[in-house]
Amino acid sequence: MKVQSFGGSDAESVVVFEKSALPHLDAAYNLARWLVKNEHDAEDVVQESFLRAFKFYGSFRGGDFRKWLLTIVRHTCYTWLKENRSPGNVLPFDEAIHGDVVAASNQELELMKNADVKLVREAVQDLPVEFREILILREMEGLSYKEIADMANVPLGTVMSRLARARKWLQDRLSKRLKRREA
Amino acid sequence: MDCKNVQDLLSAYSDRELDLVKSLDVENHLEECISCADKTKAYTALNNLTRTPSLYYNAPARLRERISASLEKEDAQIKRSRINFRWIGYAASIVFAFFLGFMSQQFKPSSSAEDAFNQEIVSSHLRSLMPDHLTDVASTDQHTVKPWFNGKVEYSPVVKDFASQGFPLIGGRLDSINLKRVPVLVYARHKHFINLYSWPSSDKTTGVHVSTLHGYHIAGWVSAGTAYYAVSDLNVSELQDFVKLFQTQS
Repeated sequence: MKVQSFGGSDAESVVVFEKSALPHLDAAYNLARWLVKNEHDAEDVVQESFLRAFKFYGSFRGGDFRKWLLTIVRHTCYTWLKENRSPGNVLPFDEAIHGDVVAASNQELELMKNADVKLVREAVQDLPVEFREILILREMEGLSYKEIADMANVPLGTVMSRLARARKWLQDRLSKRLKRREA
Repeated sequence: MDCKNVQDLLSAYSDRELDLVKSLDVENHLEECISCADKTKAYTALNNLTRTPSLYYNAPARLRERISASLEKEDAQIKRSRINFRWIGYAASIVFAFFLGFMSQQFKPSSSAEDAFNQEIVSSHLRSLMPDHLTDVASTDQHTVKPWFNGKVEYSPVVKDFASQGFPLIGGRLDSINLKRVPVLVYARHKHFINLYSWPSSDKTTGVHVSTLHGYHIAGWVSAGTAYYAVSDLNVSELQDFVKLFQTQS
């Protein structure tokens, strides 16, 4: 029975855990919400993640608790996605860059300033989940490439390239939508 | 570095994740290339967009309570299973204690008083067989051995010598039986030793009773207010010869 289970050691184990964990509830929920794409399931996933984190708190060796917790969250999300995602939900990731790259950059810049949140949100949601995850962790949680690579268990180069590709795609998508709107 | 190279690196550059050398190279290029510089600004703008606070999902209030409740429930469950495990531990140790007790009984005779006594006296005999434990006074002369006991024991034993009959006196010793200090006379028969214990007894005179423990024979009798026990690994019949000698010879 070598699994180190933390809970139940004393009356305050929940209190101690919550003190470490609850400050990161929003980060956990945000990641889950972006990955599973709806409120109800995100709550379930987060609850399950916290429960798991509580059970394995004994194996937490100090360091960045948020990273440790988010690793559990992402893992739980992917398990959920494997069980619940229907193949039809996966959009094709069209990475072809349309138009003249050099001339578009000034235009892009202008359009970006007018972009509204709804457009951006839809665009990010349409990213494939592996690309979306890295973008969220980078932009919303401010994690370094190395930290993301550790959490997602992929090479650093993969993080770098997925981020670059996700951003290119987002730019392309946003400028297209904005052009369409203004037309 | 040309534009193509730089553009591949701009995403990482915008995150400050390029190594120093590459960063410097990109910067040098950006100072001279407006198109790439614009692209860099576009990356920065996009990154800022994705960091808009309104894109961040905060946890609903009820989720915090849900989680607290589920943690408490889990904690209680773990505590309950811990207690069960503890009780299993108690039960196991009680069973084990019984087992130990049972096993120890295998090495002890049944707990009658005679058995306990035999055990004690044979243990004493065994101890005397260890190096330098046999006699406190080593002398074949009864006139040396008897006075030696004076002042050392309450009761001074009758000392006899049967050297001519093949049971020579070896010496005397002080010992402890049943918490009492007792005198012991040591005799030999060939290679065997006989320890003869004696002490005052209020019992009536008895015949000789022989018992055996672990191959050692104990011949006991009461005579004229004294209890005697002769202990030896000598065979029973020769031991009984010794006893008869002691009883009859003055």
